Amino acid sequence: MPPSRDPQLDPTAQPGATPYALDRRRFVGYVLGGATLVAAADLVLVDVPRAAAQVPTGPQPAELYDLNDMLTDAARPTANLITVTINKDGTASFALPRAEVGQGITTSTAMLIAEELDLPVGKVRVSLAPARPELLFNQLTGGSNTTISTYTPIRVAAAVARAALLDAAAIVLGDTVANLTAKGGVVTAPGGGSVSYGELATRAARSGPSTREVQLKAQGDFAVVGRPTNRVDALAAVTGRKDFTTDLQVPGALPTMVCRAPTLNGTPVRVRNRRDVLRMLGVTHVVIVSTGVAVRARTFGQCIDAVRALDVVWKEGPVAGESDETILAELRAAQLPMPQLPDTPLSKTVSGDFTFFFRSNSAMDTNSAIADVRADRATIWSGLKSPIVAQQRIAERLGMAPDQVKVNVVTSGGSFGRRLFFDGALEAAEISQKMGKPVKLMWHRADDARVGRTHPMGTCRVQAQVVGQEVVAFNQSLTCVETDYRHGLGEIITSAAADLPAGVGNLGFAETIFALTQEVPYDFGVVTQTLVETDDRFNTGSMRNIYSPDVRVASELVVDKLAATMGLDPYQFRRKFQRNPRLLAVLDTVAQAGEWGRAMAPGTAQGIAIHKEYKGVSACLVEIDTRPATTGRRIRDAVTGPRVTRVTFAIDVGLAINPRGLEAQMQGGINDGIALALTSSLHLRDGHFLEASWDNYFYTRQWNTPPDVRVIVMPSQETSPGGAGEAGVAASFAAVACAYARATGTMPTEFPINHRTLSFKPKSYVPPIPQSPRNGLRHTY
Amino acid sequence: MPEQTFIVNGKRVHVDVDDDVRLLWVLRDLLGITGPKYGCGINVCKACTSHINGKAFNPCAVPVGKLDEDDEVTTIEGLPREVPERKRGEHGLHPMQEAWLEQDVAQCGYCQPGQIMAAVALVRKVEREGGTITDADLDTIRNICRCGTYTRIREAIRDGAARM
Repeated sequence: MPPSRDPQLDPTAQPGATPYALDRRRFVGYVLGGATLVAAADLVLVDVPRAAAQVPTGPQPAELYDLNDMLTDAARPTANLITVTINKDGTASFALPRAEVGQGITTSTAMLIAEELDLPVGKVRVSLAPARPELLFNQLTGGSNTTISTYTPIRVAAAVARAALLDAAAIVLGDTVANLTAKGGVVTAPGGGSVSYGELATRAARSGPSTREVQLKAQGDFAVVGRPTNRVDALAAVTGRKDFTTDLQVPGALPTMVCRAPTLNGTPVRVRNRRDVLRMLGVTHVVIVSTGVAVRARTFGQCIDAVRALDVVWKEGPVAGESDETILAELRAAQLPMPQLPDTPLSKTVSGDFTFFFRSNSAMDTNSAIADVRADRATIWSGLKSPIVAQQRIAERLGMAPDQVKVNVVTSGGSFGRRLFFDGALEAAEISQKMGKPVKLMWHRADDARVGRTHPMGTCRVQAQVVGQEVVAFNQSLTCVETDYRHGLGEIITSAAADLPAGVGNLGFAETIFALTQEVPYDFGVVTQTLVETDDRFNTGSMRNIYSPDVRVASELVVDKLAATMGLDPYQFRRKFQRNPRLLAVLDTVAQAGEWGRAMAPGTAQGIAIHKEYKGVSACLVEIDTRPATTGRRIRDAVTGPRVTRVTFAIDVGLAINPRGLEAQMQGGINDGIALALTSSLHLRDGHFLEASWDNYFYTRQWNTPPDVRVIVMPSQETSPGGAGEAGVAASFAAVACAYARATGTMPTEFPINHRTLSFKPKSYVPPIPQSPRNGLRHTY
Repeated sequence: MPEQTFIVNGKRVHVDVDDDVRLLWVLRDLLGITGPKYGCGINVCKACTSHINGKAFNPCAVPVGKLDEDDEVTTIEGLPREVPERKRGEHGLHPMQEAWLEQDVAQCGYCQPGQIMAAVALVRKVEREGGTITDADLDTIRNICRCGTYTRIREAIRDGAARM
């Protein structure tokens, strides 16, 4: 394979990909007519240069063209507009066609608009757009792609608005645009006359629709972008005013819950005591739906009582009888043979074989949706990352045309991949139709943990061949239960597949995602990575960072083994085989800031790991304590175990729009990595998952979290932003695994390390949800 | 149906509902006070943490019938009232809420009302016992944050304690 070309260094490469991009900073947008000024841009404007590096070994697909390139390119043919509106009160508003789930995109979007408009961030109102089918593939929040794909178009729309405001100001102030300055939402003339954006908003709209060429600000002139900025929704969050789906008050939408089968995806046959349950206090409706038996009541507490009282005959689900062990055996049987490595006296093979159990991406805010389905139309409110597909599927389920279904996107209390799907919204629509009433559906925590989507279980095998002080081959093979991409990402791939570079195009959905995200970021000679997926009976989906956490843990543990084989220090080994200067920089940064190699007491150790994805690079150095005094800590209904005591994390994400938000995402990723390594998994037993709450599913808690965390946002040479939401997980998980191996002297082969110990008593399956306690006043403090 | 009477955020309320309905649903579904969040319903996740007579508790685990008419329930919405006006910060909020803003703690924000209510109670408890907040105290907090913003929660509690 020829070495890849860097378009930035290649004089024949054409920068800018659409006819609307005149050069790297000049673009065409539109002024639209309206009561006040509305400025627009194509959501498909892109000036992201291709990631491409000069590499000595054959480049892997993800180095030439990655998942983010595909998501960005998929949007190109849809020439549809996003608009920035200037209001009479001097604020700007923008409906973002993405979902805010905690990752901070409403804040970073407000910053981009504030930057180009010369308006304070606090005067920019960003809301979430409802499903806009005309945007086709351009309303999917996933792959950490929001900022990468919207960075240019949002700035263009804001720049168009600014230009139109300045034109209007020139007339009002009797001067030329060139003489005017705009700052803080006020335009000032040299003579001292001034006029506010609010006063100009109506006037600027009067000229009617026009096309306009604008020049975006140069990076050196940024005053907002790149400055650590607090979240725009923070005040609402700390006062209880931030509304999530179940906080919304829709007339008549009473609390609704579903009674579910004792085996995963079991289905209802009949209800033996429907009349009795209907007579219970507060209960208004009991209906059978495809996923269980729905009850509607005056309060959720009365829904819980009713669900627990229901006596239902169930048909068993498709995984009845299955357990971790049977699925593991199935995965082992599906594994492809690893390529035979030549075994010569000069070469050594270093290998690893790892198992990753099912994990849950359940968020604090459980699956929930409000549905008001009438005879001829339906309205839905829910936290949705793929609202267009949700709208189509809901319309199908209701027997309506998509334009009869209005889908509103609500801010969600976390996603971690879960809100790529719309399980709650689809279920709520069906229930509302069957009851003939509006419903506010909320999944019980037990449902969200047991029936909600999972990160599939898988095995990952690695073989590396060493000759002397060189690694000449590195093979990695992931075998897992199928990851469900039917939320519409699949349609993007179908649509974009023809345009993918040779060799990437004809793979299946999962194979494509895998090929476009996975790399071995070392100079290891001939590198092969393969994926086999099997078994589509489970409720799965992308969990934050999809394949990378497991793949990178397997890689980095074998990297430590390779280092030991060569008698090299893990950090020095990683330097020696590093071919990417950005990775080298983050690696050196954490080694220095985290004091790599400092003396550690027996039973404690450091671990170091790197990762490259979403147009960014990261490195993580952790310290772990596995001494009995730490692992033996007793806390009720908890897993204590080893504790990560210190984390140093460095990320070069390219242009960091909001370093404060980026740091927060890395802190979250670190806690996810710790959970994946040490404490959190689902146990499949006899056809169902055992975990029903947060005292069963052990996500990182305060007693597990490191008391000392330092995130370093690297100054970057890159001019474009990378993805942030998922970038913190893989290197953290891998560094914790490596540290644990070094502290205990044994390389772990199953994750999380505590999976074989069941640390809780499973809650009942019939009834499917636990009753709320009554003793809360005995536990005040 | 029995009439329930108690005080929420300084206001006496009367609600017609069965004794056994947990206070969380009375607050959220009947009174429209949505600051306390549902995260588990079994007093594990602590997302609904509020105060009763100045102490932290979880309304998902208290039948409304157990409240007396003079019991004072404070949710996140009423937290600023727990300190005198001169103690409130630039946003007119409780010092812990102001610290939360300063440290930019929230990510998705769902667990944050409960985290703040728990933090205030923890700081008061440690003060009652004559100490100052330590890592060991912070390790006892049971409120879950699935976004994993624990580092900033710890920083904000130390900051908020100093402001209180």
